[in-house]
Amino acid sequence: MGPLSVNLCGIELDNPVIPASGTFGFGYEFAELYDINCLGTFSFKGTTREPRFGNPTPRIAEAPSGMLNSVGLQNPGVDAVISRELPRLKTCFSKPVMANVSGFSVEEYVDVCAALDPQPQIGWLEVNISCPNVHGEGMSFGTDPNAAAEVTRAVKAVTTKPVIVKLSPNVTDIVSIARACEDAGADGLSLINTLLSMRIDLRTRRPILANTTGGLSGPAVFPLAVRMVYQVAKAVCIPVVGLGGVSSAENVIEMMLAGATAVQVGAANLVNPFACRDIISDLPRVMEEYGIKELNEIIGGASEWEKM
Amino acid sequence: MKQEVLTITENRPLTDAMMELKLSGDVSAVTQPGQFVNLKLDGFYLRRPISVCDCRQDELTLLYKVVGQGTRALREMKQGETLDVLLGLGNGYDLSVSGDAPLLLGGGAGVPPMYWLCRELIAAGHSCTVILGFNTASEIFYEREFLDLGAKVIITTADGSRGVPGFVTGPMADLCYSHFYVCGPEPMLRAVYRASRTSGQFSFEERMGCGFGACMGCSCKTVTGYKRICRDGPVLRKEEILWDR
Repeated sequence: MGPLSVNLCGIELDNPVIPASGTFGFGYEFAELYDINCLGTFSFKGTTREPRFGNPTPRIAEAPSGMLNSVGLQNPGVDAVISRELPRLKTCFSKPVMANVSGFSVEEYVDVCAALDPQPQIGWLEVNISCPNVHGEGMSFGTDPNAAAEVTRAVKAVTTKPVIVKLSPNVTDIVSIARACEDAGADGLSLINTLLSMRIDLRTRRPILANTTGGLSGPAVFPLAVRMVYQVAKAVCIPVVGLGGVSSAENVIEMMLAGATAVQVGAANLVNPFACRDIISDLPRVMEEYGIKELNEIIGGASEWEKM
Repeated sequence: MKQEVLTITENRPLTDAMMELKLSGDVSAVTQPGQFVNLKLDGFYLRRPISVCDCRQDELTLLYKVVGQGTRALREMKQGETLDVLLGLGNGYDLSVSGDAPLLLGGGAGVPPMYWLCRELIAAGHSCTVILGFNTASEIFYEREFLDLGAKVIITTADGSRGVPGFVTGPMADLCYSHFYVCGPEPMLRAVYRASRTSGQFSFEERMGCGFGACMGCSCKTVTGYKRICRDGPVLRKEEILWDR
């Protein structure tokens, strides 16, 4: 094990840096720019049972130190991911990949996870529970501990791969959702997904996004993400993947001090396509600057003082 | 696609709102008229996609319209300052299907990409007609530049203050052409689509996240499936366009 390596749910990562789902496609656009095998792993585009076009455009708006998106889970559907995207990915990425799964019903999550489970390229299933439940009056699975637990339990029953539940920050008490997922058998948690937000165009006096609202990401959300990772990591015994506005090696270390075992990088990839490569190459220098010998040792370090 | 730091050699107004920006450095990643670049501006999170107006050895010309805070900040930048630029984005126009007498149509901020295209088509021995549409006489730019390339230039203004009154589709109706290329606001693209009698290529604009195909922020539906304006476009062929996107 090198000084950057971490263990995420039983699988060793060369480093904790993971491009977040929806900002890295299925990897090829970035593989044209650099060797993506330098990554810990990456989380591929959120995959649903059927192909989805997603929301109408405009899907993107800017924010101070961040951006809003309402892409709406555009993806080719799980069958095409298995038959087309995974074989293509094999040509440029040799590590286990994280499969991001979305659904609009418990059955859909189960079907997608069951279909992906036999794929040897997939290391983890990251289950995005921020989608609205079509059987639950449009309420997101991720805002109700019982619904979150139900999805977790159902998915765990159809896979032997580690299940990482991706939590929504659009809740009053994220710790109760995190605990419900842990109790239902989740092997890990990732947080935070984007924050429900809105911008209005002063000229047209209308929302900029065709979908009216969208998810905020980027450095603007980083302190909030650190707080939630800190609270959740203290409350559960399973590994936490921290994300939300991470854009530098310093941010990675801060997330790990908050309690993250691994760290995802999202919006930064869209502004600087080399962001993850640069963060990974910066890590040894920044670790030295702060007297860190092994990244493993600092996980959750910021809560040590509370135990004194 | 390449990421380069380019130096501003010129940043001057052409009209009240249109600016001409010249950048020097390694621009070899720009290979095709109709491509665009994505500029990082200090103080703004997302990059600004801007079409390529001209590209020569070590020099890139971009024309941009000042419409918001980002372009206002760009207007304030001075000669000698540098910009972080992603270069060579998008598919660009296919010049091989132009025929002998291509027609180029640009509307307002859609005029710039026609310039390099026109220069290349003329260099390849074609006779180009260019229709440039503006709202009013004071907004006209690059008429001289297109004439200097040897193109036949027709100006239209919506308010009739110069050239042919009305829209680019007016003079288009009386012309014979082998193929057309168009860039402009969407109502103009739709009008040209309806008025056209040959094959043609349309350059589309959309709010983008990344500009290189990763975020799915600028997707559209086409006859041949979903496409990303930034990567599979911005140029779409007439026969693949679905207007009810």
